[in-house]
Amino acid sequence: MIWTLSAPLLLPFFTAIIAFLTRRSVAGKWVSLSGAVLHLGAALVLVSAVLDQGVIAGSFGGWDAPFGIALAADYLGAAMVVITGIIGVAVALYSFADISKSTEALGFHALFHLLLAGVTGAFLTADLFNLYVWFEVMLISSFGLLVIGGSKQEIDGAVKYVTLNLISTVMFLTGVGLLYGMTGTLNMADLHFAVQEVENKGLLSVVAIMFMVAFGVKAAVFPLFFWLPASYHTPSFSVSAVFAGLLTKVGVYALIRAFTLIFTHDPELIETVLLWVAVLTMVTGVLGAAAQSDFRRILSFHIISQIGYMVLGLALMTPLGLIGAVFYLLHHIIVKANLFLISGVANRIAGGTELARIGGLYTHAPLLAVLFLIPAFSLAGFPPLSGFWAKFIVIRASLELEMWIVAGAALFVGLLTVFSMTKIWAEAFWTPHPDALAPKLSRLSTHDWRAMMWPIIALAVMTVIIGLFPGVFYPFVETAADQLLNPTAYLDAVLGPDAVAAAQSAVGQAVIVEGN
Amino acid sequence: METGLALLIGVLVAAAVYLMLARNVMSFLFGLLLISNAANLAIFTSGRLTEGAPPLVPEGADAPVGIVANALPQALVLTAIVIGFGLFAFSLMLVFRAYAGLGTLNGDEMRVAEPKEDKA
Repeated sequence: MIWTLSAPLLLPFFTAIIAFLTRRSVAGKWVSLSGAVLHLGAALVLVSAVLDQGVIAGSFGGWDAPFGIALAADYLGAAMVVITGIIGVAVALYSFADISKSTEALGFHALFHLLLAGVTGAFLTADLFNLYVWFEVMLISSFGLLVIGGSKQEIDGAVKYVTLNLISTVMFLTGVGLLYGMTGTLNMADLHFAVQEVENKGLLSVVAIMFMVAFGVKAAVFPLFFWLPASYHTPSFSVSAVFAGLLTKVGVYALIRAFTLIFTHDPELIETVLLWVAVLTMVTGVLGAAAQSDFRRILSFHIISQIGYMVLGLALMTPLGLIGAVFYLLHHIIVKANLFLISGVANRIAGGTELARIGGLYTHAPLLAVLFLIPAFSLAGFPPLSGFWAKFIVIRASLELEMWIVAGAALFVGLLTVFSMTKIWAEAFWTPHPDALAPKLSRLSTHDWRAMMWPIIALAVMTVIIGLFPGVFYPFVETAADQLLNPTAYLDAVLGPDAVAAAQSAVGQAVIVEGN
Repeated sequence: METGLALLIGVLVAAAVYLMLARNVMSFLFGLLLISNAANLAIFTSGRLTEGAPPLVPEGADAPVGIVANALPQALVLTAIVIGFGLFAFSLMLVFRAYAGLGTLNGDEMRVAEPKEDKA
């Protein structure tokens, strides 16, 4: 059991070591690609085990939870690992064409796989301090990837990215320390019970808000998102695609985990704050995008506005709301990474990402135009693409709670998303190229065409499949949301049914004593 | 003892926030150093402070005798110090490269990656 859980975690580490040793040879990128494929394979094994047996958990070093460091995979965690694997393979292949030999020699592939390991670890761990460590693994490798090109732009973006992310790290660490001081445990399942016995609820809320700020910076929610549009357009396209797809979603995942499993003591406070945060994130993100004129900067601001929808689903805290949040999370990773990959192809054949300086892609590269339309319309929420269902569920959930303004804001933001996407469409695809260049896909060599276009085609096909057959995925997502709202299965798997029963009766008694 | 440390943590955080609000990126880094040490101290304090009472279990017993500090937060602090040191070394190097490449330490002037502003 522990090996099924830890295989997707350990494989990227091994790949990173081998990729580092072979970084100067041609073999390096093949090591990277095969490592990514193995990682995806291990993730698929994990998800089939989870589908088979429900939540699975295990702990290291022969110490049972809550003392040993526990790993656990419920439906959400396992699905996130699979998506990480998919993005890993897509970007590893794309980097064949996008990453130069000199960058490879600096250890690009090793850093890339360390990043995958950090992301996977964050999705699988059931221990709060361990989550901090995975965040650090992720952070330090993302720092490396961000500056690996060494250009002035990258350094400038990195200064902003690094400083704000380090503050979030300190916040997270302090929160972990204070929470441990109050409860004496770091195991998330154990914390579920331990926080209910804390007498000083006010202090608990303060710590909860510290976690919200720490994860909020990672997830890039309002008003903590400023590092994202300052840095995501600076590194190579492979790097920004994997950042855009995965990193902010780890923040959202951590928010979902923390506020469904640990901090359930004062739902009203958490939901009110998150609701405001969600609406403002959606609106500021999309308005920021409307003011931009660079392909990647527009996409960066749209990450922020889409994060708002996910947080909104969490803030509603109803079964349907969480279904929406999870569905949104899964669909958005694929769509967003794909859009960044497409911007990389546009950069290669049209010579830039500044919209005023490119054009003519529709006439000369119709295949790319179609492939752009799929994720772009999915992002905006056109039926029958995946984004439509994600938005539909979240908005439906807010209508069920009669939150008219919130639902209205969500619809309005969708409209503005269409505006931004048509801006890219009009300027990069429809208008002729200002330098009368013909940006044909044949400007790519056969090798580059294969490496760049196949990942884009594959991700676009996935978007269409999710959109056409949402019924296949819906039951899965429904179970995932159910496991979040009623974490009994998770608690049983991590702590064991006996310990859970004992803890439940202890909490029950404490409540009775308080009542007296 | 706890009161003294709590005050110290407060002073460290206040100084750190003051430094981090500066435009100079170098001051920001020093602020970061202070605040991460404040965080470490907070964890250390949350594990109880006991003077001269090592958390050792005497032979034949299942638990330490008397009140001892929890050893786990101290282990966490060690991990956090190591990680923090690595991150700080990286950020120091990054700021150095930024100074060498962009020719400024003023955060407001680092606008290479920003869109060009219209000159009004």
